Amino acid sequence: MSDAATMDGLPDGAKGVVTDYSADKQAFHVPWGKAMMWIFLLSDTFIFSCFLVGYMHVRMAATDPWPNPSEVFGLSLFGTDVPLLLIAIMTFVLITSSGTMALAVNMGYRKNRKATFWLMVVTAVLGATFVGMQAFEWTKLIMEGVRPWQNPFGSAQFGSSFFMITGFHGMHVTAGVIYLLVVANRVRNGFYEKRGGNYEIVEITGLYWHFVDLVWVFIFAFFYLW
Amino acid sequence: MAYVSIADRDHEAEHHDPDTFITKYVWSQDHKVIAIQYGVIAILIGLVGMLLSSAFRLQLGFPDVFSFINPENYYQFVTIHGMIMVIYLLTALFLGGFGNYLIPLQLGARDMVFPFMNMLSVWVYALSVIILVASFFVPGGATGAGWTLYPPHAISPGTPGTDWGIVLMLLSLGVFIVAFTMGGLNYVTTVLQARCKGMTLMRMPLSVWGIFMATILGLLAFPALLVSAIMMLFDKLLGTSFFMPAMIQAGVATDTVGGSPVLFQHLFWFFGHPEVYIVALPAFGLVSDLLSTHARKNIFGYRMMVWAIIAIGGLSFIVWAHHMYVSGMNPYFGFFFATTTLIIAVPTALKVYNWVLTLWQGNIHLRVPMLFAIGFIFTFTHGGLTGLFLGNVTIDLPLSDTYFVVAHFHMVMGVSPVLVVFGAIYHWYPKMTGRMYNETLGKWHFWLTFLGTYSLYLPMHYIGFLGVPRRYFAMGNTDFMPDSAITLNASMTISALIIAATQTLFIYNMIVSLKKGEKSGGNPWKSTSLEWQTPDTPPKHGNWGHSLPEVHRWAYDYSVPGQAEDFTPQTVPESEVPVGRDHGTEH
Ligand code: HEM
Ligand SMILES: [Cu+2]
Repeated sequence: MSDAATMDGLPDGAKGVVTDYSADKQAFHVPWGKAMMWIFLLSDTFIFSCFLVGYMHVRMAATDPWPNPSEVFGLSLFGTDVPLLLIAIMTFVLITSSGTMALAVNMGYRKNRKATFWLMVVTAVLGATFVGMQAFEWTKLIMEGVRPWQNPFGSAQFGSSFFMITGFHGMHVTAGVIYLLVVANRVRNGFYEKRGGNYEIVEITGLYWHFVDLVWVFIFAFFYLW
Repeated sequence: MAYVSIADRDHEAEHHDPDTFITKYVWSQDHKVIAIQYGVIAILIGLVGMLLSSAFRLQLGFPDVFSFINPENYYQFVTIHGMIMVIYLLTALFLGGFGNYLIPLQLGARDMVFPFMNMLSVWVYALSVIILVASFFVPGGATGAGWTLYPPHAISPGTPGTDWGIVLMLLSLGVFIVAFTMGGLNYVTTVLQARCKGMTLMRMPLSVWGIFMATILGLLAFPALLVSAIMMLFDKLLGTSFFMPAMIQAGVATDTVGGSPVLFQHLFWFFGHPEVYIVALPAFGLVSDLLSTHARKNIFGYRMMVWAIIAIGGLSFIVWAHHMYVSGMNPYFGFFFATTTLIIAVPTALKVYNWVLTLWQGNIHLRVPMLFAIGFIFTFTHGGLTGLFLGNVTIDLPLSDTYFVVAHFHMVMGVSPVLVVFGAIYHWYPKMTGRMYNETLGKWHFWLTFLGTYSLYLPMHYIGFLGVPRRYFAMGNTDFMPDSAITLNASMTISALIIAATQTLFIYNMIVSLKKGEKSGGNPWKSTSLEWQTPDTPPKHGNWGHSLPEVHRWAYDYSVPGQAEDFTPQTVPESEVPVGRDHGTEH
């Protein structure tokens, strides 16, 4: 069977695409670890999408009124109520960590091990800060009487989905922090030098980290702005 | 970014053979050992599922004769039977078993890309099976909610197993999904990135195509099951109301309010429908290879077959609500989902035509694998046709929740894939063990199973048409059940018991042939695909000895006119094809 013969009539660009993806050996010109991470993230996207679609459905089905997010998530600072203050800081911290992560990837390709290590550590610290602030927010809500099964501000499903989804995301961030620290440590102690000095793994870690950030943006929009 | 594709690497350098018993057979990272581990665990738990079905069939056929079955364990048996067969047997066996065995061998790779995670996958799967079995032994027993686990009843008192059974069930599913994901990432990445030289996507055997697409479906569909399992666990353990509306139970209002049971159904079937194709697509792929090999003819319409697999995979995500026509969802949904359901039947039918056309004028050898493959064409066509009935809203309304549905999905998802499983095991047995199975026993196994399933499921369609509802412990003296239906129920039970007993032939054959079977040689079927060209049989660790194979053609060069042999392995370059007599197949 000749593969070229069946492409007659396709424009050149399309032929290129077809030959690229149907070539032998590999479909994407990347290491397998990176391809695998992308596929995993696609699957994880479906998990978060199901969570968020479930949340929307539950919110529409709920019979009690949905609480007003700017009240629930308000923080009072020096006597004035600032809506969404904490969450703004949290989001800022997480987005910043994406920036440091991107720098780490870049330093990795330049084989600057020291800078890569420190940038990854900073990313991990920012991530941990995010989780810490999330713990603070949870504590505050719990003190005010919000529980997965009840909610003084209105519909119980608010608490249920909030704790479930932010909790699931928080676990992703925590896992990411651990992952970052493991890889950072290996960058530092020369583990990858012994394996041909390939720092692709930093980028793979970065993919995961950016994904977790991106998901947060959606959670943020759906819980705090809707 | 200098890096070398897997096929171009020097593997001798990073190649250590496992030497102790533990690293060879227990914590093995070799895809072939993992495949067999997956297969053995899946078949063992499948036998449990089969025994459960014999038990509840006894109750259905001879109501109240057997005192060990009461309504509670009837429901538990039905539920766990369904769950085991769909998830722990078929999904695990096709993807974990055949996927692991065939992907690297048919693509000319030394192993999966990430063998360590592959090893974890099988042991986490074993854990999920243990949790599932354990649920029979906890207070209250296993869940009896039906394999669809619909809330509210799945977690409300009154259903069997609402104490711990349902918790363990959901937990086991969660663990299974983790195991599947670890394996699945490997299968997809290996197909994409680790093929040998010359192995383009459009030269892959259809087995790999089917398994590849099914794995993608799994990676995108299991998330919905995971999410619904987590939410139901919250409802059960934390008292949330995701799926629980306000209810009055035994005269008392529950403290749940505002949840949506329909949400669960949507999530479940968003997983559940792709799941049926997770089981069907590998079967499609494997059966294509069996038919082509044993008919000594190239598969008819290879490209069409590939595109049909892809189209079915895509469409399977937009048909899920055909399981929910009676759920009370918006009627316009019914219109949309009936349309997509009928559309998905088109590529499916196309595949059936192509299988039949592959047989057309082939040089058919009715060996055991071929018998099973041809049996599959019958049962699958049959089940597909009843699917068309159920896909239409107005026809489905009276048939929904009757035995007609049970008959439909058993033909299409029970019998058909299982026939392929058997056929494929017989077909690859020589490669896995180096020995032949016993042909006579195999033929008995086929005929008893094939005719047995027909005598079991054909009458079931009729009973369904009469309106006999599924999932009832006993029908009592209901008007719509004529005597014929009662007699048929008894005869179906007898068929079911015969089929169950027949499987001992299979098990016996597999075990005894390990030692006693004739030596098969490396390529007993004169097959073209790569796994039959390995230097050793069974293939050694690393599969290909010193250097990786090189592929020069597609996997279906059977009976090419003008060639000396009636098959040309994928490894033979154009210049080395022996030319000679024409071997009698007209084209
Ligand atoms: C021609 C293609 C098919 C069509 C049009 C079709 C249609 C349907 C419909 C409409 C139902 C819902 C019936 C009801 O609950 O009232 C159904 C149930 C089912 N189908 Fe199919 N189907 C097709 C192929 C398949 C295949 C290939 C499989 C599996 C390999 C499958 C497995 C099932 C299962 C497991 C159920 C029942 C689930 C349950 O309620 O417990 N179907 N089918
Ligand atoms: Cu379906």
